[in-house]
Amino acid sequence: MSQQGYVAAPPYSQAQPGMGGYPSGYGGPPPQPMYGHYGAPPTGVAKGPVATPPPVSQYGSPMQQNGAHPQRIQPPSAVSSPYGQPPQVPYQSMAPQSLPPAQQLSNQMSGMQISGYGQMPMQPTQGPPSSAPQHPLQPGPPQMMSQPGPPHMMSQPGPPQMMSQPGPMVPGPQTQPLGSPPPMGAAPPMTGMAAPPMGMSGPFSGPPPMGGAGFQQSPGQMQPQGFPQQPGPYGGPMAAPQPGFPGAFPGGASQMAGPPQKKLDPNSIPSTTQVIEDDQAKKGGQLYTTNVRGQVPPLVTTDFTVQDQGNASPRFMRCTSYTFPCTSDLAKQCQVPLATIIKPLATIPKTESPLFMVNHGETGPIRCNRCKAYMCPYMQFMDGGRRYQCAFCNCVNEVPAFYFQHLDHMGRRMDVYERPELSLGSYEFIATLDYCKNNKPPSPPAYIFMIDVSFSNIKSGLVRLVCEELKTLLDRLPREDGAESSVVKVGFVTYNKVLHFYNVKSALAQPQMMVVSDVAEMFVPLLDGFLVNFTESRAVINNLLDQIPDMFADTNESETVFAPVVQAGVEALKAADCSGKLFIFHSSIPTAEAPGKLKNRDDRKLVSTDKEKTLFQPMRGVYEQLVKDCVSQGCCVDLFLFPSQYLDLATMGDTPTHTGGSVYKYSNFQVEMDGENFLSDLRKDVEKPIGFDAIMRVRTSTGFRATDFHGAVHMNNTTDVEMAAIDCDKAVTVEFKHDDTLSEETGALMQCALLYTTVGGQRRLRVHNLSLNCSAQLSELYKSCETDALINFFAKSAYRAMLNQPLKTVRDILVNQTAHMLACYRKNCASPSAASQLILPDAMKVFPVYMNSLMKTLPLVSSSELATDERAYQRLTVLSMGVEDTQLLLYPRLIPLHTMSVDSDAVPAAVRCSEERLTDGGVFLLENGRSLFLWVGQSCPPDLVQSLFNVPSLAHLPPDQSSLPDLDNPYSKKLRSIISSICEQRSNSMKVLVVRQKDRPEVLFRQQLVEDKGLHGGASYMDFLCYVHREIRQLLT
Amino acid sequence: MATFQEFIQQNEDRDGVRFSWNVWPSSRLEATRMVVPVASLFTPLKERPDLPPIQYEPVLCSRATCRAVLNPLCQVDYKAKLWACNFCYQRNQFPPTYAGISEVNQPAELLPQFSTIEYVVQRGPQMPLSFLYVVDTCMEDEDLQALKESLQMSLSLLPPTALVGLITFGRMIQVHELGCEGISKSYVFRGTKDLNAKQLQEMLGLTKPAAPQAGRGPQGPQVPLSNRFLQPVQKVDMNLTDLLGELQRDPWPVTQGKRPLRSLGVALSIAVGLLECTFPNTGARIMTFIGGPATQGPGMVVGDELKIPIRSWHDIEKDNAKFMKKATKHYEALANRASANGHIIDIYACALDQTGLGEMKCCSNYTGGYMVMADSFNTSLFKQTFQRVFTKEVQGAFKMAFAGTLEIKTSREVKISGAIGPCVSLNAKGPCVSENEIGTGGTCQWKICGVDPSTTLAIYFEVVNQVSVCVCVCVCVCVCVCVCVWSPPSAVSAEPSERRVICKDLQRGIAVRPLNCYLSIHACTAVEEVPHRLIGSHFKKRFQAPKRISFKHNFGMRGETISTAQCFTVRSMEMQ
Repeated sequence: MSQQGYVAAPPYSQAQPGMGGYPSGYGGPPPQPMYGHYGAPPTGVAKGPVATPPPVSQYGSPMQQNGAHPQRIQPPSAVSSPYGQPPQVPYQSMAPQSLPPAQQLSNQMSGMQISGYGQMPMQPTQGPPSSAPQHPLQPGPPQMMSQPGPPHMMSQPGPPQMMSQPGPMVPGPQTQPLGSPPPMGAAPPMTGMAAPPMGMSGPFSGPPPMGGAGFQQSPGQMQPQGFPQQPGPYGGPMAAPQPGFPGAFPGGASQMAGPPQKKLDPNSIPSTTQVIEDDQAKKGGQLYTTNVRGQVPPLVTTDFTVQDQGNASPRFMRCTSYTFPCTSDLAKQCQVPLATIIKPLATIPKTESPLFMVNHGETGPIRCNRCKAYMCPYMQFMDGGRRYQCAFCNCVNEVPAFYFQHLDHMGRRMDVYERPELSLGSYEFIATLDYCKNNKPPSPPAYIFMIDVSFSNIKSGLVRLVCEELKTLLDRLPREDGAESSVVKVGFVTYNKVLHFYNVKSALAQPQMMVVSDVAEMFVPLLDGFLVNFTESRAVINNLLDQIPDMFADTNESETVFAPVVQAGVEALKAADCSGKLFIFHSSIPTAEAPGKLKNRDDRKLVSTDKEKTLFQPMRGVYEQLVKDCVSQGCCVDLFLFPSQYLDLATMGDTPTHTGGSVYKYSNFQVEMDGENFLSDLRKDVEKPIGFDAIMRVRTSTGFRATDFHGAVHMNNTTDVEMAAIDCDKAVTVEFKHDDTLSEETGALMQCALLYTTVGGQRRLRVHNLSLNCSAQLSELYKSCETDALINFFAKSAYRAMLNQPLKTVRDILVNQTAHMLACYRKNCASPSAASQLILPDAMKVFPVYMNSLMKTLPLVSSSELATDERAYQRLTVLSMGVEDTQLLLYPRLIPLHTMSVDSDAVPAAVRCSEERLTDGGVFLLENGRSLFLWVGQSCPPDLVQSLFNVPSLAHLPPDQSSLPDLDNPYSKKLRSIISSICEQRSNSMKVLVVRQKDRPEVLFRQQLVEDKGLHGGASYMDFLCYVHREIRQLLT
Repeated sequence: MATFQEFIQQNEDRDGVRFSWNVWPSSRLEATRMVVPVASLFTPLKERPDLPPIQYEPVLCSRATCRAVLNPLCQVDYKAKLWACNFCYQRNQFPPTYAGISEVNQPAELLPQFSTIEYVVQRGPQMPLSFLYVVDTCMEDEDLQALKESLQMSLSLLPPTALVGLITFGRMIQVHELGCEGISKSYVFRGTKDLNAKQLQEMLGLTKPAAPQAGRGPQGPQVPLSNRFLQPVQKVDMNLTDLLGELQRDPWPVTQGKRPLRSLGVALSIAVGLLECTFPNTGARIMTFIGGPATQGPGMVVGDELKIPIRSWHDIEKDNAKFMKKATKHYEALANRASANGHIIDIYACALDQTGLGEMKCCSNYTGGYMVMADSFNTSLFKQTFQRVFTKEVQGAFKMAFAGTLEIKTSREVKISGAIGPCVSLNAKGPCVSENEIGTGGTCQWKICGVDPSTTLAIYFEVVNQVSVCVCVCVCVCVCVCVCVWSPPSAVSAEPSERRVICKDLQRGIAVRPLNCYLSIHACTAVEEVPHRLIGSHFKKRFQAPKRISFKHNFGMRGETISTAQCFTVRSMEMQ
């Protein structure tokens, strides 16, 4: 039956006619075909009487499918694994990543298991590099299958796995447990594999826990109902060919609403939380050694330790794919972006060794004569060690006499392990004067605090708060490792319509204030005494900080300037001949007569039109020049905004985001509510490790090159990435394009060199090297894709594109490219299967959920209900985000608290970001790296409420509760410890927002449930999958 | 009666006026033949300890175009209680207060010995008196220290109610806010950009928020008698002393081979602007202390490259001084603004090299300010001169007067050609104004912002009679002077200042024959008035100015500053 069904099945869109049998209720085109796909197995189920199909057989069939999918993945070998094929084959194919042979075996054994979510990690470590590609085995299937397994798998060698496999194999039992969601059952089996191919139906049906396996459902579970229903939902979205992406989705969603929907089991579609958990289970806590070229690192969410053995840690560089296609044709064909997200100053955990410092004395670092690449492990020494060939440009260079060393029998230098630059992926050189501005050693950087003392900041109490905080904060300025005290100088400016500079020279009895009212042409009125050492001038500075709030206490000046303030900072740094950072605490749109005056251009009527992009475009002219000035002086701008209304954040944030700075925004700031949050941001921002006056250059081996850079950077030419400053949280996403053909043998090498000034005023060169594989097989590429990095790239490029293109175009491009990437996989790598089947590469199986989430982010959603500033704000913050941040932002962590065990220290496992995961009686914590919500269900047990909030019931909870009482009970303690551990990991602080179910603020919370339909437009995860699937099918026909 | 000479001498002593001819030619023709013009040297505030101040207002001629003051030369009809104006012959009623008038009971202004008389009028609101110090900080520490001490000392010489302000400059200009607690504030301006009064007002935050128009009556400044920048000495004494004490040399580095950047032009402009928008038409003194030439911005006299020397006399003569014209224009504009508001600009230049006084001379010249040159602020020359500025009379009043206007009326036979001296024209046309200008002409009223007892102007007249009149007639020249004089609070008067009107009524005969004129010539006057005329350009052509009369010397400000010897040199040249 099922097979027939497949055959018969018309393409998705067409489905309607065929649908007949299915509930018509869903959208027009019910996905019969799709089902068919999946389903062969499911169909059987569905159509047949509920129980009809013998469990076994059913089981088998799904399995096969699973198997098939994997095969598809393997592009090369396993061409066709029809359904009927033996499971084994599929398995092998599945195992995209390299597994040790032993594991392979085991996998095969288990063949039945379909998808392998988490297998990946195992493989890398275990398998020899070479073997990896060839034997993809291990796959995930096993994991998926079971839960039994992941942990076990991880630790244990092949055999154990074997064991586990069998377990899962057993059709009946396994699925059932998993399948808690009955509906899914039937159809889904297909999808199961998270890994590669998702059957359309499959995904839905799969039980969540299963992971990949989720899809496979036991026949038993399948109920007739399920089947029909499923189609409906899918069909709905699919059917409605919506023109506008966003618009369309909602439509689809509504359709979804129909009865059948219930049946769909969201658990069956690939789950991000599951993928994360699996990866953590498999690779968590392990040592990741970077000695293998093209090795795919663990996910960013996984807790692992890196051992640098020749390639940069993924903390510094993370690629969208660790195997580059050999030719540009291939690259074009698959449309998978080739990019690296570089976070050059990323903090590394204490468990990993800090970067080694290399000092080559007066000659400076050794570099290739032609391409100027720095000495690195990829350089090939020859001629007895007298010469070396540059791995990047192939130029043969002489080895300087002082650097000469004999080679061993392997042709390696004898001192390889004594020299970091020959054995490590990341290291630092001490730069010589040639690398300094004007050939002068740099001065230590300066931090200038510029406080808006206009009426609103005074009234909100912000000025007092900042001044109080600075008194203690300045003791914690960043300093060179091992240095006793910080050499960073500090300066103070207050401003409203005019600027007030302060002379705080230690010799003065009292500070001197100098007012500059000529804001048209900014200058710094004093030289000596503006930038001082805090410890020396402590008395004067404290005196000043005491006086500032009082001095302006009676102000009624509400107008402010902005560009001149930044200009003043630049001029001050110029006068002091140093680089530095401006901390600007600003409240309102700068309307005072001065350069850079802004007007309100928040015209919501533009939303959803072709001119919407203008809302996000910064004003040019003055601000453009400002960026140039800042960058050339090494002046980083950090902007703390306290707006009560529109302030043209798109323009104001332009300077920070081109100078390596950050923007912080506290709307309607109130000291009681947001004070702590702001102070904690400020502290982190002041204290965090940072480098100034930086220039980054990414060099690549021949055949490809870096073409585009996204991040808080300024580009004067096409190759040099200039950053006034770069801190440990700023990442630059670099896109690569082919110049020529890459060779599989040599692979693709890249070297990122960052020249910067440390907080101690030393000039350094930080070098990160990374080597990738190259392959003529697309399947290799798909296998080594990194979804988190991909989405980071897409987010940044979409956010950039939205400045120049209508949002609708941007969204269309995103969807199209998603479909294209997946279609290409389907076409070239997956084994043939019915067109109605959605097949996803294992490494990208959760890509759609991220992509969908990206399109639902505020900047990309066209809704006039959203504050323009808020959208611009999010757009700007994402531009400099690293992979960790985008991952979390696009797929927040939803942590159930009501079920947590108060005994263990562990943070409870996150659940999927969907409304369906919420329970009325539960309490959930949601964090996305920017905000933190504590959602309390309506029927949350009073004792829990009591122990968390110290109120007898929810009704007693104040509406805008934003802090948790410090209570002495295990729940409260545990919750606070969870929150504080989360906050510690993030670069910015998050205010806890307590949200009661059905309360008004719940809207904000709901926006974060990325698997659901967007509140302001945007499809649910499932709708999106369907839509993408339809696109894919169109591409394939 | 003594001789004619003695009589003249007596008159001169009494009135402070000396004529070149004490008997005037009877016609224009004769006047031109006599070469030496009909003129007078005029010292408005000549000290007259014996002169009783009159505590009421002068009686004016009722004709609107005349407004002459009742004087001894007027014909008075005691019976009818009428008087006839000696200029326009208008008959006027005496005011009611003069009801008791009679031949034996004459008011002072009708007594012949009071041909000069001083009225003290207390009309209008009190006028604050301001002293604004404009201090260059680009100088050697030793110099600066001496200057700081002099300035601190001067605070004690100022009347406690006088307003005082401080502007310092170097590369930038700082306008110091006074009387701040806990923190010292100043407004800073860059030295390369000139600001007009309105901009300055905004930048200093001096715009009055409410009713800017309302208070701006002709009465002058309104209620706020001080602002953040100009405050009473008694209030900010300590604060300012500390501030001056903390003054540091301009901190901006001066690289080798460069002059320090000295923004004198803009500093002065800001000083003028500050007073202009806060205390227009009141007495104020901008005291500028410079240690070198302006080297940047408007008003720069020389660039900051040391290798290019400052312009020399030869450069000026050959019109080769690069910045001269621009700078002169800048300072001229400033001087005009200051004088229009009745403010004085003093320049105390202490340096071994030139300081650009040539370009700045009009600042002192137009406003009646002092120009003092010395080698260093650490010399007694400067210190004592500076102290003398604050010299007081016996009664404790300063010997300086502010914001004066000078008005001259003549009888019909003569007209006024102009004035040479520390004055600017008020452009008051009238029937007695001649078309032939000498010096500052075309007006019968001048503003003299700063006057002290030695200030002397030269006034030129033209005889307009076309035909010789064979009658010996007396002609009157009537002069009114308005000065504002400050009297110290130590005096009984609570008024910080008062307006005084000084009237001088003079009369000379017309000669039937030219010889009579020659007999009456006053040699000294004839000579002294020549240098005054040097400033009038047409005169310069006729008398080749001796080279040693350089620009740096300030001829013509007051007759006393010119040595007789020099005058004779000039005269002898004329003879030749």
